[in-house]
Amino acid sequence: MGYRDKFVWRDATFEVRRGEFVAVIGPNGAGKTTLFRLLLGLQRPMAGALTVFGASPRRGNHRIGYVPQRHTIDNETHVAAETLVRLGVSGTKWGLSFSLRAERQAAAAALEAVGAVELGPKSLGSLSGGELQRVFLAEALVGDPEMLLLDEPLSNLDLRRSRALVEVIHGLVRSRNVTTLLVAHDINPLIQCLDKVIYIANGNVATGPPELVLTSRSLTELYGVPVEVLHDSRNNIVIVGGEDIHGGENG
Amino acid sequence: MTGAAVAFSWNIVTDLRTMWEFSFMRNAFEAGTIISIVAGIIGYFVVVRRSAFATHALGHVGFSGAAGAVLFGVNPIYGLLLFTTSGAAGMGLLGRRAANRDLEIGTVLAFMLGVGLLFLSLYNGYATEAYSILFGEILGISDGGVVFTLEASVVVLAVMALIYRRLLFASLDEDVAEARGLPMVALGVTFMVLLAVAISIAVQVIGVLLIFALMVTPAAVAVRLTKRPLYAIVVSILVALFATWVGLFVQFYAQYPASFFIVSIAFGIYVVVRAGQAILARWVRHDVRNALPEPSNGSESS
Repeated sequence: MGYRDKFVWRDATFEVRRGEFVAVIGPNGAGKTTLFRLLLGLQRPMAGALTVFGASPRRGNHRIGYVPQRHTIDNETHVAAETLVRLGVSGTKWGLSFSLRAERQAAAAALEAVGAVELGPKSLGSLSGGELQRVFLAEALVGDPEMLLLDEPLSNLDLRRSRALVEVIHGLVRSRNVTTLLVAHDINPLIQCLDKVIYIANGNVATGPPELVLTSRSLTELYGVPVEVLHDSRNNIVIVGGEDIHGGENG
Repeated sequence: MTGAAVAFSWNIVTDLRTMWEFSFMRNAFEAGTIISIVAGIIGYFVVVRRSAFATHALGHVGFSGAAGAVLFGVNPIYGLLLFTTSGAAGMGLLGRRAANRDLEIGTVLAFMLGVGLLFLSLYNGYATEAYSILFGEILGISDGGVVFTLEASVVVLAVMALIYRRLLFASLDEDVAEARGLPMVALGVTFMVLLAVAISIAVQVIGVLLIFALMVTPAAVAVRLTKRPLYAIVVSILVALFATWVGLFVQFYAQYPASFFIVSIAFGIYVVVRAGQAILARWVRHDVRNALPEPSNGSESS
């Protein structure tokens, strides 16, 4: 699959089941975001078949909640977090709103589910990176999706805050049975909770449970050059070799 | 020009009644009110979408349209509308990222201003026409002008009400809105055209060079005061209304251009709000520092 006449990756076959927590891992430019754009119907595969909920992907699928890597919100955005979460339910509707109470309740419930009720009245521009990610997660969650696509939610967070956010996400996956794909650079904050890893590198894709994919043998095959997976005493892993070194750097 | 005959009385109701005996003052207040409401609403989205420079540029594009209309003996408002809406539609079609490209917009802006200058120099009535397009001529709005302003505003407000939530979503969170199926280009073009119409009617009051004072400054004040979009829009309208009304009122006695007073009041409110908030923030920080034994900083970027 790829775009602009260039294959980003090919010969990938994988399946994600309902309620699975899946990490999409790989170096920059490997096509992780492309995978999301395909699933969201924003881009078409050059070849091959892709189905989401048993049908080909289409834009505007309300069963998918999406958190992109985003740039439009900065410290000059003087808008309440709750407003953004509410737009998750009402932002595609025509006209002015007449059901304020229902919208407000849905937003409050979503903020509560991510442990961010106190952030609702705050300005988006005043929130820290970790707080913003919780608000974005609430915005994605507010329409009760069956699948969450989270693009690099852990970038710019330190290890402690990454773990806290992963705990929130993991809780949602289990309590709501919502299938979750999460793009990440660093596998370590996630490794305890994952059901599956989709590892994209060098135009190839390896997929399976983390203990089978994250091995020296499997990653050497994936990258096509010798790669070693090292474990430290606290069960963190470091991947050495390949195109760059990741894991262990903790953002 | 008018104030010499009528004295200021400190009884504002009587003053307004006296003013409104003049039809040009009634027209000015009516058009000014309608335009302030439209500018306050559209201005909020200009601020949220960061389209302030595009707004400024559309005013200049409108200048050449208005000057061309004057040259051909047509009402300048039609030239304004034609040029601003085509310019706006073009910017909208190029997409929002393109609409934020300062260098390209600035280049086109300078060119359009030059073209407008040529049109005006080809026309003999040069000075007064140029002056009123550049700086506004609120006292020169005719009865027909008020009706046209009202009609255009009703259309703008109706479309705005229809797309309000979608536009807000698309403005705040482009990527998610796109994934959720919103037609981003269509929304962008629609907004830019509404902006163009709003600018065209606002030029009558404030002129192309001062358009910022009505289309951007009130909303810039509003987002500093409230985080809720609907409240911010209300505040933005109130600031625009206050500037226009007080500006008109004062110029009746002071005999300086209304535009000057409107711009100055908007600027004054902005300065007071920003300065007030800076002082308030310092006080709060001071309080927090006194209340906490140890200062903690919640920053968490790597």
